[in-house]
Amino acid sequence: MNIGVVTFPGSNCDADARHASALTGNTVHSLWHKDTALPSGLDVIILPGGFSYGDYLRTGAIARFSPIMTEVVRFANAGGLVFGICNGFQILCEAGLLPGALIRNQNLSFVCKDVFLRVENTDTPFTNVCSPGQVLRVPVAHGEGRYTASADVIKGLEDSAQVLYRYVTPAGQATDEANPNGSLNNIAGVTNASRNVMGLMPHPERACELLLGSDDGLTVFLSLARHCNVGMA
Amino acid sequence: MKTFTANITVTLRRAILDVQGKAVENALHSLHMPGICDVRIGKHIELSIQAVDAEAASAQLREACDKLLTNPVMEDYHFTLNETAAVEAA
Repeated sequence: MNIGVVTFPGSNCDADARHASALTGNTVHSLWHKDTALPSGLDVIILPGGFSYGDYLRTGAIARFSPIMTEVVRFANAGGLVFGICNGFQILCEAGLLPGALIRNQNLSFVCKDVFLRVENTDTPFTNVCSPGQVLRVPVAHGEGRYTASADVIKGLEDSAQVLYRYVTPAGQATDEANPNGSLNNIAGVTNASRNVMGLMPHPERACELLLGSDDGLTVFLSLARHCNVGMA
Repeated sequence: MKTFTANITVTLRRAILDVQGKAVENALHSLHMPGICDVRIGKHIELSIQAVDAEAASAQLREACDKLLTNPVMEDYHFTLNETAAVEAA
């Protein structure tokens, strides 16, 4: 599988995303925010975490107009798989590839810790190796991760199973205590209607080796690989 | 061409809990100012804009707000526009 990882000015998880991609046996392509063309044969584009453009104006608001984003939008609209992690999720929302927005954490604090995520829908390119309701341990590190959208958008996401991950207790309960940022309905990750674009606030690329405390983040990379191999068969 | 100064105020939409506003409100109450409520924290943006008239300037400004300066999913905005007095050459 060919994975492209975009670096924006201020990205700081691009190396981690490349590492996790290589760890799972993929060919990794480094993409630069000023690129105006994508390498041919790309299967997945990752928008990594960080503070693109210093989070000026709003998180993701300026990165969304980077030259490469025209190609990312075109790639997504053609069915290509796009995965935004943390700041990447914020950029995808600003770009209109995902619904909703990510705003200041409810407690106004930057939160950096391991959280537990419940997989809500396993019938997607990003979650297909998981079992329904599986609980993953993955770190978060963000100040603006409170997922919000209008009531009808949230209802639409829930009704069409576009909420892929929810913050839960280790036992899998979606409680207020398990919610690190005040996201509506404990939402940690969503996909678009056609299920080829996903945004996730936690960092699975930082949880791909047991040495680092958890390798549950591998599930995303293995799901993508499985999806692409089945797709090519 | 005329030059206008725009003052844009951006706030979170009413439906979204403004946690900064809430924290500041609590601080004001603890300073014995219980009469102050509905605190909303937003952003103030100033810019100059060149256009043939106020209507054209407003149109440009709305486009700037809708495309970049604000995110309609979470924010509302309003602005005032004033023509800048031409400076006489000395």
